[in-house]
Amino acid sequence: MMDTVASPRHLLSTKDLSLSQILEILDTARELGRITAGPMKKLPTLRGQTVVNLFFEDSTRTRLSFESAAKRLSADVINFSAKGSSVSKGEGLKDTAQTLEAMGADLIVIRHSAAGAAQLLAESGWVRSSIVNAGDGTHEHPTQALLDAYTIRTHFPECENSFSGLHIGIVGDILHSRVARSNVLLLTTLGAKVTLIAPPTLMPVGVESWPVHISYDLDDALTSLDAIMMLRIQSERMSELFFPSEREYARDYGLGNVRLNLLKDKAIIMHPGPMNRGMEISAASADNKKSAILDQVTNGILIRMSVLYLLLGGNPVPVEGVLV
Amino acid sequence: MTKSHTYLINCASLPDGSTVNLAIATGKIREISHAELDHNGDETVIDATGLLLLPGFVDLHTHLREPGRENSETVLTGSQAAVRGGFTAITAMANTNPVADSAGVVEQVARLGREAGICDVFPIGAVSVGLRGEALAELSAMAQSAAKVRIFSDDGNCVSDPLLMRRALEYVKSFDGIIAQHAQDPALTKNAQMNEGQISSTLGLKGWPAIAEESIIARDILMADYVGSRLHICHLSTAGGVEIVRWAKSRGMKVTAEVTPHHLLLTDDLATSFDPIYKVNPPLRRSEDVIALRAGLADGTIDIVATDHAPHSLEDKECEWSAAAFGMIGLETAFAVVVEAMIKTGLMDWARLTEVMSTKPAEIAGYANHGEISAHSVANLTLVDPGEVWTVDRVLTASRSLNTPFHGMEFTGKVKHTFFNGVQVVNHGELTGRRYEES
Repeated sequence: MMDTVASPRHLLSTKDLSLSQILEILDTARELGRITAGPMKKLPTLRGQTVVNLFFEDSTRTRLSFESAAKRLSADVINFSAKGSSVSKGEGLKDTAQTLEAMGADLIVIRHSAAGAAQLLAESGWVRSSIVNAGDGTHEHPTQALLDAYTIRTHFPECENSFSGLHIGIVGDILHSRVARSNVLLLTTLGAKVTLIAPPTLMPVGVESWPVHISYDLDDALTSLDAIMMLRIQSERMSELFFPSEREYARDYGLGNVRLNLLKDKAIIMHPGPMNRGMEISAASADNKKSAILDQVTNGILIRMSVLYLLLGGNPVPVEGVLV
Repeated sequence: MTKSHTYLINCASLPDGSTVNLAIATGKIREISHAELDHNGDETVIDATGLLLLPGFVDLHTHLREPGRENSETVLTGSQAAVRGGFTAITAMANTNPVADSAGVVEQVARLGREAGICDVFPIGAVSVGLRGEALAELSAMAQSAAKVRIFSDDGNCVSDPLLMRRALEYVKSFDGIIAQHAQDPALTKNAQMNEGQISSTLGLKGWPAIAEESIIARDILMADYVGSRLHICHLSTAGGVEIVRWAKSRGMKVTAEVTPHHLLLTDDLATSFDPIYKVNPPLRRSEDVIALRAGLADGTIDIVATDHAPHSLEDKECEWSAAAFGMIGLETAFAVVVEAMIKTGLMDWARLTEVMSTKPAEIAGYANHGEISAHSVANLTLVDPGEVWTVDRVLTASRSLNTPFHGMEFTGKVKHTFFNGVQVVNHGELTGRRYEES
């Protein structure tokens, strides 16, 4: 968790982030983006530091995003993929993390199928490294929420320091979504109105206590949304009886072409990827000018640069054109 | 040598507040009196001033891990933890490896208990072969074996098939057996990790709904009543479960129920630490449930406290929550936790504590030599200091496992001395090394 204002060591959950910390991360990302858009594409700020991508669960996109971010800051990167050995034998986490730290890790980016894995690593005393949660089971994915907030901010510049007045809808498998959990906490801290839209079977028990609005009807909420986040729906949810068929899900909760036309003019369409085109989102929606989906990918690198930079206490951001 | 040893216990308090002196000889309470007892000179004299004299505690739900997982616990180390917790009788659950589903295994456990010789170890037999919930185990063979099994349970698993449950309930009637049900509908709890509610939803851990427990309790109460059999509900953990049992008892149905110490004190928000020390089956529930369980234990809806002592090795707990084993140890802390949850809150007095931790479990299971303090009764008893403040240190446990959720917590009330069949097995909280040997 970003412990206190002073010097946070880990990023585990968006619940630990204050408004000022969120804005600091977003501002730093913007500044890093501004600098690296110039002639100096790579900054020397984390030279000599080692970032480990410890991925117990496959996610090529997230790993590549963290890897690019670390490399643009001149950190050394070690990628470790431990797919398969994950939850079957828990001792793997302790041993693997300690082994990688013994190889010189300063910061560990962990992706794991078990909720709480990042927090366990941060609080168990097994390692000294800073920990960044890159997705832990169905718990949280804080850098995804941060890049989403960054993306929203770039599209609504009038909402620079507060999202109050913005209505953001998160649609789909809320129950199993770490993206939804991290976004609910982050977006509400930023002051946005958040509406969760899903069939009742995919709403978490006790969701009424969350600081959000709940709707089972996408069409109801659609026309008032400034941003609509479509969550990936996994087909195995069908065999787990959460909904009867892909067709019925797409009809009731998919962003199809008819719904696309009902969105506000300035509304943006978001998706954490990877998409199931034709399922939760139609091809036309994904490729529409309202779509911010590729912006999200680009912004993801900046947000992860910002997080690595702030956690590793890198050298001050250099003035453009001046080497440090 | 130990058997003939005699003890004089002076100035012990009873739950009713009176003070007694006690002479123990040849395994029995020779004399109990308000007057001073004669001293022959060769007795061991114990000054029990300020200590409360209680019948030895009786646990109907203990996991001893032998045979099969001796790295976590053995019958001996479990017995040692038990007597340090004031227990003189424990009941070994059947989920060992091999499973205690045959006369051979239950006799082995009973023999290991006699060899340990510091408390009674009564084996529970499995209801189904291999705990698989498919075919009935040879219940009668276990009942007629030297282990004389009377309680049967698939604990760890629920006997979820209604037909198997019906047959088991009916079958044990011939030898007055009891089915102890671990109430957990498996379809509603597949891969479940913790109580389903606001906390599980926030943490993204798969929820374990209260209804998965309550629907089985309701079904089995109706079924046991229908076939006229004795049903015991293991580790009740939800407010709804308490309500159902209360209703059943008001109808005069033959059901008994237990609650664990940890469910009387701990709540599901501990899971926010993601520390698997708090991972247990059934899961820790909401504070509303804890309050209902306490009320149920106080008013008699819940009959007894049972520890569900569940030792696990460090490897099985030092890992991600979802990879960790379910369970916590509890024999040595049970008394103090019950004091904390029930006595200090004013919900129960010492007489009721004696009932729920000794008299009533002995009665349910038919353990003749336990649950009683009177002249000529077998000397299975414990002396506790109701006022001693102490801090749990997992390193000091006699158990082979360290998975207590109470490490570092301060409690009031400590077990000081335990006598098993007239032999002092615990002295000032420590094992004496003495054991009871049958003649």
